[in-house]
Parts: sequence; C-alpha cells; structure tokens
Amino acid sequence: MNLRRGFSRFLGPGGNPARALPRYFGPLGIVLLCLLPLPLDNYLRAVLWQLGIYVLLGLSLHIIVGYAGMFQLGHAAFYAIGAYTVGILNLRAGWPILLALPVGAGLAGICGYIVCRPILHLRGDYLAIVTIAFGEIVRILLVNDAGGWTGGANGLSGIARPAIGGFVFRTNLEHFYFVLVFVLLGIAAVRRLEDSRLGRAWMYVREDEAAAEAMGIDTVRVKSLAFFLGSVGAGLAGGLYASRVSVISPDLARFQESVTIFCIVVLGGCGSIPGVVVGTLAMVALPELMRVVRDWRDGFLGLSMILMMIFRPDGLWPRRRSGLGT
Amino acid sequence: MSEPILDIRELHVWYGQIHALKGASLTLGAGEVVALIGGNGAGKSTLLRAISGLIRPREGEILLRGCSLVGLPAHEVVGRGLSHAPEGRKVFTALSVEENLAMGAWVLGGDRTRIDRQRERVFSLFPRLLERRRQLAGTLSGGEQQMLAIGRALMAEPQVLLLDEPSLGLAPILVERIFATVREIHRAGVSILLVEQNARGALALADRAYVLETGRVALSGAAADLLVDERVRKAYLGEG
Repeated sequence: MNLRRGFSRFLGPGGNPARALPRYFGPLGIVLLCLLPLPLDNYLRAVLWQLGIYVLLGLSLHIIVGYAGMFQLGHAAFYAIGAYTVGILNLRAGWPILLALPVGAGLAGICGYIVCRPILHLRGDYLAIVTIAFGEIVRILLVNDAGGWTGGANGLSGIARPAIGGFVFRTNLEHFYFVLVFVLLGIAAVRRLEDSRLGRAWMYVREDEAAAEAMGIDTVRVKSLAFFLGSVGAGLAGGLYASRVSVISPDLARFQESVTIFCIVVLGGCGSIPGVVVGTLAMVALPELMRVVRDWRDGFLGLSMILMMIFRPDGLWPRRRSGLGT
Repeated sequence: MSEPILDIRELHVWYGQIHALKGASLTLGAGEVVALIGGNGAGKSTLLRAISGLIRPREGEILLRGCSLVGLPAHEVVGRGLSHAPEGRKVFTALSVEENLAMGAWVLGGDRTRIDRQRERVFSLFPRLLERRRQLAGTLSGGEQQMLAIGRALMAEPQVLLLDEPSLGLAPILVERIFATVREIHRAGVSILLVEQNARGALALADRAYVLETGRVALSGAAADLLVDERVRKAYLGEG
C-alpha cells in the first residue's frame, strides 16, 4: 500500500479529478514500457531509443513553449551543447559518461539562461527569430571547430558508452532502458512542476504578462527559469544521444532539428505531457515507419500535418482544463 | 487630514517625446477615498501606471508610507501593499474565476489561511463571483469581469487600492453596484485612489478629488466642494 502511494506521489499528484487516471495506470504503464522492446527486432529497438530521446527533447521544450509560452526555435542548439560537452569531457579529459552527463546538462542550462536574459522581453515571432539565429550561431561555431575542440564538420567520434560499475551499456535494448529511466524521471519532474507555484506562475505569464507582473510575479525570473530548465533537459538528451551513437556532428544543431522538436510540442497539443509523447510518435516514429513508401514519405508527412491542423487545431492530445479544485 | 499613506510629488512621465504627466502632485490619506477625474488623455491612467511601477517616471517622487516606490519593478510594488485594478479589467479570460483570484494572492505565497480569508472576503463582497467560481473569466459579463478585477486586486491584502475606471462600459445599475462595493471596501479600511470619467459618481463617493488636465492638477479640494464648483460643473458634469 505504502509503496503504491509513494509511487503515485512520485509520478504526480492524485487529487486532480480532471485528469486522474486509475491508480495502477502509472506502474502498469512503466511495466508495459519495460516489456515493450523485448519482442521487437533490433531496428525497432533503436527506433524506440530514438523516441525516448525525442520525448526528452519534447518535454524540455514543452516547459518553454507549453508552460511559459515562449517561442523557442533554436532548441537543438542546447541539444548539441549537451552532446558536445559530454563528448569533449569524455574524449579530452577521460571523464566517464555518467559524470559528464550532468555537466553537459548543466552547461546547456547555463547557456540557455545567459542567452535568454537579454531577449526575454521579446514577444512571439520576434523571440522565435532570435532563437533561430542563436541556433545557427551554435551550429556554425561547431562547424568552424571553435577553439579547436569541436572537430569541425566531422564532429567528434569515439565517445565512450555509459557504464555503471563494470556494466557497460552496449546493445540497443540496454540503451533503451537507460534512456527510459531519464524519460520517466523527466515526466515525473515536469508533472511536479506543472502543479507547483512556479507552474502556476508560468500559466499566468503565458495568459497575460503585464497582468501577471501587476499581480506581483517576477516575470523575468519566472521566464528565465523556464528557459534554464528547458535547456537542461535538452542538454541531457544531447549527452544521452552522444553516449550511444558515439559520433556527433554539427548536424545536431540544425534548424530542421529545432523545428522537429517544436512540432512535437505543438502537434501534441501545447501544455500537455501525453501530448508530447503522442507528438513524438507522430513526428519521429511515423516517418521512421513510413520508410516503406519511400519517396512519398515527406509528402505524406506534410499532408498528415496539414490535415491534423485542420481537424485537430488544439493538437493531438491537448491540455485539459483542470481548474483549481477546492 | 491624516498622515498621507501615498504621497506623490511633482511626477513627470514621458512616453518617448510625449510629456504625459507634467509635474502632478497628490496625496492619499490613510482610510481616504480620493477621486481623480479628468478628460481623455489627461494622464489619469498614466499616473496610476506610474504608481504601480508599470511605467517609470522621469522625475518626481512616489512615497508609500514614506518609502519611495520609484524604480521598483511592478511585482515588488504589490508586495508593499498596493494593488492596481487596471483599466479594461484585464482578467485572464482563459482561466477560471478561482484561478484569477489565486493569482491575485500570489504575493501572499503559501500562506493558506490568509489566502482563504481574502477569498472569503472577496466572495462576500461579490456573491456573484462565488456562484461562478469555476466558470472561465472570459464567459463573464462586463460587470462580473470588473468585479473579478477588483476582487483579484483585493486578494493581495492591499492597504492601498488603485481603481482605474471601474465603471467603464457598464450599465448604470451595475455602475451603482460597483460604486457601492468600492464604498464597502473603503469601510473595511482600504485607502482608495479612484480614477473615473464618471465624475458625478466618483465625486459622490470620494472624500477629496483632484482634477487632472493635460498632465497637471488643475483643481483639487473636498469632493463635495468640487461637485458644486462652477468649472467642474461645466467641464465634467455637463451642466451649463
């Protein structure tokens, strides 16, 4: 009993009737997720791993776009910063991956904080333009072998695999479980944030910034915290990516990548965690599974996005209005 | 008059090249209702926005209980006990009545007993809000939204309340109800600075009043005196 209560508390608050799932849903889902890759072949296991990475990226951007309502179109830059930090620390200084991961995430967060401070007052599309520009700056720095550390257009190769004690994560299956741990932690963290005081502040800032300010919310602090936390998540995803693929290149910071992450959040339905998962399935799994239709793939993908925006403009799994229960 | 709780001295505000407030001074005593009347563009809302920190004056002093508010960001001003119910209501239309009120209580932090007390107080002032507590603010009528805006400002437990045009766009019967509530809030010990275009209603309610014209205080005095003042009657009460 106690264990179960602890479990559901960890995964999120109970008392919210609007989206209360059955109690056993969380643990059951986790067990199913753990069993899911077992019957699949190696290729599909790799797809699952990739889904995990993108769910993490989606969750992290979801904090910035879904909660705080800021258009961030350069998220891949922080993904790349995390990946390169882990790569450089591992290759140059011989750090084990598990030690380098938090540093990569932290550095991405700090970069996010520094970048966002001067541009926080920008709104909507103006903010989007600046973040696109930042993403490009990072990519070009990486291509130009900034400081002689990033390996230029070839990137870095030979990054070690994560290891716990003597156990080294090698196969697709092992890496899937490794990422799954972070995905579950990420979901738990984001759910807690949503119902926290900070989450409430994000909601008010998103609805009307001036009014939020007039009510006593330090909007600058609240928004920069969203940027910081979101960037930490992206940096973590980057580090995880680097430690499995072991070869990273400036392509990680491509604009296309940022757009994909952005679409995950928007397609899924802004402001909902299940939406991020569904959005990832739509943006990452679908193209992967549609390889059979070959050249028609991008066309189908584009068409399905247009149809979706017409028929489900709030996203595939929009945020349900919960209200504050009393 | 008692010791002023809010003291504004020679305030100058510019919007770019436009000199909107040209040295306005006024005081608000503890427990007073002071009305600020004047035509469009006289600088009434600008003055309120400057007090609550939403715009920064170029010159002059704003003292709340003797402490300067100039240069303080808006979110800190609220914490000092001064709330602003802005013009045009500005409620969060996509949030419920309760969520709007919860937001007003932001500066109280996690102090549940104080928040609950304030909420009770707001609901007893505006029973209509209690009926519609779970409704989205965007679905309320104009009058109800105005009640919500005032209620939200009260949630922060202010000693000074700035009200910007609470009667704007409301039916006469509602205007009366809003004014009655303002009187009730005042009776509970809140000092109120009331900006109004509805000069007659505001003067009937207030202890004292200032008339603002093109960024300056043109007239001031006891509300009852201004109500019979020749110039005020001509310019603002529509009497010949």
